[in-house]
Amino acid sequence: MNKHVVVIGGGVAGMEAAGQLRKTGFEVSLFEKEEKPGGHLNKWYKLFPDRRPSSEVKEYLDNITSGEGIKIITGKTIEKIVQNKNQFHISDKEGSEYTADAVIVATGFDLFKSARKEEYGYGIYDNVITSADLEEMFRKGSITLVNGRTPETIGIVHCVGSRDEKMGNLYCSKLCCVTAVKQAIEIREHLPSAKVFCFYMDMRMGGAYYEELYREAQEEWGVNFIRGKVSEVSESINNRLVIKSEDTLAGKPLKMLVDMLVLMAGMEMSEEGLKLGDSSGLKRGDNRFFSPADHHFGSNKSNLKGIYYAGTCTMPMNITETISHARAAVMDVIEYLKES
Amino acid sequence: MDRFGFSISKGRQIDYDANSRHIAEFISEREPSFRVCIECGCCSATCTTGNFTSFSLRELQILMKRGENEKVRENIKKCMLCGKCTLVCPRGVNTRNVVTLARQAFQKFPANAV
Amino acid sequence: MQFDPFVIPFNIGLYFILIYAVVRSVIWFNDLSRPDKLRLQRGFFGKTFGQSIKEIFLESLIHRKILKSNPRLGYMHMSLAFGWFLLILFGTIEADVFGAHHLNAPYKSIFFKFFNPEHGRAGFEAAYSFLMDLILAFILSGLLLAVIKRFSSKVVGMKKTTKLRVLDKVALTSLWLIFPSRLLAESFTSGAYGTGSFLTGSLGSVLASFLPAQEMAYPFWWLYSLSLGTFFILLPLTRYMHIPTELFLIFARNSGIKTGDQPGAFREIQIYSCSSCGICIDACQLNFSAGITNIQSAYLMKGIRNNENVSDIAFNCLMCGRCDQKCPVGIELTPLRMLSRRAGETVESEQTILKKYFPDRKSVLPARPAADPSYTFLKQYEPAKTDVIYFAGCMTHLTPAIKNSMVAILEASGVRYNFLDEMGGVCCGRPLMLAGQDREARELINHNSQLIWKSGAHTLVTSCPICYKVFKESYYLDVEVLHHSQFIKNMIEDGSLKLNFLRRKVTYHAPCELGRGSGVYDEPKDVLRYVARLQETGFEDKNSLCCGGSLGNIKISSRQKSMIAHDVAAELTKDNPDILATSCPLCKKTLAAATTTKVADISEIVADAIIKPAIKKKLTEPAGKVKMQADFQN
Repeated sequence: MNKHVVVIGGGVAGMEAAGQLRKTGFEVSLFEKEEKPGGHLNKWYKLFPDRRPSSEVKEYLDNITSGEGIKIITGKTIEKIVQNKNQFHISDKEGSEYTADAVIVATGFDLFKSARKEEYGYGIYDNVITSADLEEMFRKGSITLVNGRTPETIGIVHCVGSRDEKMGNLYCSKLCCVTAVKQAIEIREHLPSAKVFCFYMDMRMGGAYYEELYREAQEEWGVNFIRGKVSEVSESINNRLVIKSEDTLAGKPLKMLVDMLVLMAGMEMSEEGLKLGDSSGLKRGDNRFFSPADHHFGSNKSNLKGIYYAGTCTMPMNITETISHARAAVMDVIEYLKES
Repeated sequence: MDRFGFSISKGRQIDYDANSRHIAEFISEREPSFRVCIECGCCSATCTTGNFTSFSLRELQILMKRGENEKVRENIKKCMLCGKCTLVCPRGVNTRNVVTLARQAFQKFPANAV
Repeated sequence: MQFDPFVIPFNIGLYFILIYAVVRSVIWFNDLSRPDKLRLQRGFFGKTFGQSIKEIFLESLIHRKILKSNPRLGYMHMSLAFGWFLLILFGTIEADVFGAHHLNAPYKSIFFKFFNPEHGRAGFEAAYSFLMDLILAFILSGLLLAVIKRFSSKVVGMKKTTKLRVLDKVALTSLWLIFPSRLLAESFTSGAYGTGSFLTGSLGSVLASFLPAQEMAYPFWWLYSLSLGTFFILLPLTRYMHIPTELFLIFARNSGIKTGDQPGAFREIQIYSCSSCGICIDACQLNFSAGITNIQSAYLMKGIRNNENVSDIAFNCLMCGRCDQKCPVGIELTPLRMLSRRAGETVESEQTILKKYFPDRKSVLPARPAADPSYTFLKQYEPAKTDVIYFAGCMTHLTPAIKNSMVAILEASGVRYNFLDEMGGVCCGRPLMLAGQDREARELINHNSQLIWKSGAHTLVTSCPICYKVFKESYYLDVEVLHHSQFIKNMIEDGSLKLNFLRRKVTYHAPCELGRGSGVYDEPKDVLRYVARLQETGFEDKNSLCCGGSLGNIKISSRQKSMIAHDVAAELTKDNPDILATSCPLCKKTLAAATTTKVADISEIVADAIIKPAIKKKLTEPAGKVKMQADFQN
């Protein structure tokens, strides 16, 4: 009989892992808490750095996970994994139990809850939105203020909830910078007359063609970059947003009125991942993500044999890295199941 | 400088070798978080005093680290210690202690004006 | 004439300490300010006398407060203090009734057994001996506890003294020796003469069965006298100085003397009244949440007594005031700490023995060197005339939800108001005061006072308890100062503010500066009861916790602050409330970062509950926003 592998989390990592597992001949069950698989990909409109539609990646993932050999179970949140000899017993929120010979945990990330950074006024001021909200607007094809008008000046704040000790996140989410640049360009695409200002601490453009995208944003789209973290946002009498920052390169405080402020929410360990990890005895690091057995040559291995990690449940990753990481997890599963 | 027959106007450069960083050392010994500033400018943006003057704690901190102490000596007095900067600092720099220590240091080393 | 050379050490010690106590009291009295002198005179010869005597009995002897908070520790203190007192009292009576003469010298009652070895054979005498043995047993039980405590747990007091270490140890040893040596001395004498009651008698007959009791007794009487004498002579150099000092303190406090903001005799009296019992350490969140164990008030008092540089200790404190509430001696620990902060760095000085007995009063707190004014850049302007000033405070600008809610509440309540620091104001001055920089703070206070005065307002509402405390205490303003919780309560009660009931479970965190700092405990809770279901926590009112974000501490790291905040948030959300409410922007921000439960200021909850008027606002008379109206008036 074929060995059965359970993949927890139907985002990019989970879908890729499931597809690759089937190729090698395993029976796969893919659990997804939402009603359909795809994860954050479903919410994103276009991807950096080439602005290809996210639906293309989704299509690829749907293709490799459809058909015989993969059971996709949606609307189920897995809460616990218990090992019994060579069997893993997996239980969901409702108490149903499933068994598996190996498990891949691909619980992914949550976007930082921007309301926690109260000084930015998310949830308080109407026109403070997050990067995810903006993607939604792109998808709908209209960038508008709450009162229906079109914004003329838009601020983008980098590092919201990342590199922020006060929020308990010392790490860099590493994708927000390039997301900001991508979204700045898209705003200019949609609203050619709008002015866009990115407020950054450091521009971390460390991926393939990221720096080029940054240059394109400046050169072709006229996006403005101001080196200074926004410290405070308030609302003016006519409902515009007053942002306070320091232009650290000019060495002067900077006050600016914008119509809309976009917060580049960072990546955090997902709530489901936290629950699952803590109830199953999976080790987590200071950054709350799962802590792999070895950061160099065991980044998919957990502290429990037979349970492997794929994707952003271990650290912030882009889609390319996530897919590679998921494939690597499959290698570990093959090796493990050969031994047992 | 003059002895070598050319001059760069003194205000133009940080003479890192000649400058004394004893104030910065005094502070970082007692408040290690002084070292972790990444110059994001949050503190000076939210600053109560900065509302009224060109006071920038970020700038004063980096000046002390470079040994450019004289501009700091007069300006550090303007801080009201209200604590907003401590609250917004993403690095957890204990800015109120930095200011208090800087004031102490300047009182302690009055003669060290370069 | 009943006399023996062994009583000499005791006599020297006793008369020394009596004279010393009188001299020191005279010095303290002299050092009090004139008004305080008058207060003390009135207090001593007035009706508070009885109250003081009662307090001395209940606190200095029975140790009621310690008993309440820590029964074992309380019993230890009580048995030693009250037991010793009873021993002296009944010893004196014993010597007076059964001795050769009436009105004996003290040594005759202390060493009664030595001079009257035949006493206590039968009848009333035996009964009295039983009583005396009972008291001794009472003391010894406490002493046993004290010995166990010292060797088994981390105990305050003897940790990091330099030169004093030896002296403190000698004093402690002599204190510990007093009662065991009395026990043995009396037992041997009883054994030799076949007297004594259940304790000394029984022990005596056992000892006498295999030891020469007659010969053994005498050295122990010497030891008893020596340990008493040594203890008395060293007492002023050790923490046991708290015994006589506390009497003075109780009279002074009951006469209405307060620490104030100037160092002086009352400060010294309080510092010497600390017995290093360690209750402040148990109460301190820096201790039990952040693992900082060397800065608590007992250490501060000890450091000052030992003339150490205490500035690091003085500044490493949340100034939350929890220890003030718990101190069994009632020392005003936080005000005392403020005094040390004002002094800045103190110089550690070498101390001669003589100086230890009579500390140099004048050099206790040197004044900080004068500085130029720092805030000359602040310019006065003409604020709009108004009835109510709303001063959000610096921190509130980082919690826009509070700011917006307050504006909504002010609008809904229909008062004529001016948002004084809408565009960012000048700091209230309290943070500078907490850092010991009063003179600088005064500049800010003057600036703000003028603005408030020029606005013609009769009420000042603030959202920040830090501002509230300083407005209330250090501004000389002819306006009613209200924290927004008080303002909201007034508005609800006079019908200006109509609220829905929200059906939410809420717990309330009392901010330090508002609660313990200013005594405002009830209004925020009353307001919450109007709009939600308020749940009790284990930390109400005086026992409330500090969120950890306090501006009072400028030493601890943000990591340590966060450790405290997480502990507090966990405690206050134990019963899964829907909202953890507070009434301070700083507490809100600190706690919100430490829990997943919703944290909200009471103003936010109230703003949510406001019943929207049926008629649109534009149709009614514009309520708030005086800026336009002010133009008409001027």
